[in-house]
Amino acid sequence: MQMLRRDWYHDDAPASRFQANAGRFYRAGGLLMRNPLAVLGGAIILLLVLTAAFAPWIAPYSAVGQDLSARLLPPSAQHWMGTDELGRDILSRVIYGARITLMIVALVAVISAPLGLIIGAVSGYFGGLVDKVLMGITDVFLSMPKLILALAFVAALGPGIENAIIAIAITAWPAYARIARAETLTFCQADFIGATRLLGASHGRIILRHVLPLCTSSMIVRVTLDMAGIILTAAGLGFLGLGAQPPLPEWGAMISRGRVFILDQWWVATMPGFAIILVSLGFCFLGDGLRDVLDPKQGGKS
Amino acid sequence: MSAISLSDLDISYGSAKVVEGVSFDVAEGESFALVGESGSGKSTVLKAIAGLAPDWTGGMSVLGQPRGHRPDRGFARRCQMVFQDPYGSLHPRKTVDTVLSEPLQVHGLGNRDARVEEMLRAVGLDRRFRFRYPHQLSGGQRQRVAIARALMLEPKVMLLDEPTSALDVSVQAEILNLLKRLRAEQGLTYLMVTHNLPVVGFMCDRMAVMNRGRVVEIAPATALHDGSFADPYSRALYAASGGTAHD
Repeated sequence: MQMLRRDWYHDDAPASRFQANAGRFYRAGGLLMRNPLAVLGGAIILLLVLTAAFAPWIAPYSAVGQDLSARLLPPSAQHWMGTDELGRDILSRVIYGARITLMIVALVAVISAPLGLIIGAVSGYFGGLVDKVLMGITDVFLSMPKLILALAFVAALGPGIENAIIAIAITAWPAYARIARAETLTFCQADFIGATRLLGASHGRIILRHVLPLCTSSMIVRVTLDMAGIILTAAGLGFLGLGAQPPLPEWGAMISRGRVFILDQWWVATMPGFAIILVSLGFCFLGDGLRDVLDPKQGGKS
Repeated sequence: MSAISLSDLDISYGSAKVVEGVSFDVAEGESFALVGESGSGKSTVLKAIAGLAPDWTGGMSVLGQPRGHRPDRGFARRCQMVFQDPYGSLHPRKTVDTVLSEPLQVHGLGNRDARVEEMLRAVGLDRRFRFRYPHQLSGGQRQRVAIARALMLEPKVMLLDEPTSALDVSVQAEILNLLKRLRAEQGLTYLMVTHNLPVVGFMCDRMAVMNRGRVVEIAPATALHDGSFADPYSRALYAASGGTAHD
């Protein structure tokens, strides 16, 4: 039975559209599984997702419940990561913080990647004036430091987690637009695009059906690699008090509160810091692995 | 009514004029060849007819209808093109099935499954190739897919841009035989670009010899048997491909 299933995936003459696609994913998945760092990265991300999904069942204490008699306790059997200045259990707060982190990462990716992808593909495909205008706008955004631009947006929109997400998304898309444009330029003169135009297909159809699928694999890689940066930017905004507002257990904000006690009660700032490092690393490893699988020409095999 | 009629056609890429003063008529059902060395502008003529080289002046009509400068849907039903390089003319992430269904979707034609299967049969591809990706096919099989895609809309005129030059010799013969059979079966008109004179002798009725962007001579394919070319360049080209003039 096991053999039969593998043969079905590896069939070089698939009988249906579904089987052809399934086979492609199966082979890509197999390559990914052979890369130990990618597996480690995937495991960390899976852990993050599971933690976020089951936070109320995993967390030993409430994330916001205060216990002033148990302030600033060091890590112990009762409080694995210690407690903060209001007696809240840091482990529970880190676990609930996974939800916020995941939400930020997912929403930023969902907003900025398609936006950048479409702007870049349109720009590269049409060229000429369209290209000049769109890339001019992109350059304006690219020329400003990400965190400063995000800071400016949050300051204008008002502090809060939603505004932080919008601000980060606004600063993240130009890089994707650049990549999508460069990719589009490499093949927009290719014969298969010309052949499709000859069939009478509209520009919109060609961009959506023919250009974008060829940009997406490098985009997935890039977005995965950027997620570490997104988490750090969100943490930075939280640290500056412009991201998540108290009492939300956002990791960056938690570090910011722990800064006051960093010499005497080191665990208050360090534990969420570990969480940020771990998740960032996970996204980096997974992104590197995905690049080797989806983008063999740039892979670090040599 | 002629299938393709060009009169005094000039084509430029940017500021460079690549083709100058080209005029010829291809009759319906005829197979017409454009021959000449690399860079003589023969592929450019095809691209201009297809609408992929929009910067041209002069007169151009296909099946009696004047051509615009861009591809359009009505034109797509009458005239299609097969490209030189089958490795570049198929989308690397699309299965044969997707490639062949696309023209039907674009033009809102139904009964796609049956049409795709029928076309695969017509170009001599087994139905097990239907859901393969281009990288799982050989060069000859890819070119068959490209020909099938061009025929999906049942055009009357086919533009062939050196359809066999990227293939090895035995596969070339297969593809040429396929093209010849399809033309007989479907009553197609061919305008074929090639630099291979034996292919012209095998496939075509007449040919135009091009040199440096101009047509220097239009001769019947029988000239390849007796070498009866009038223009010195045509004679040189004929001699270079191993023929000897008998005059």
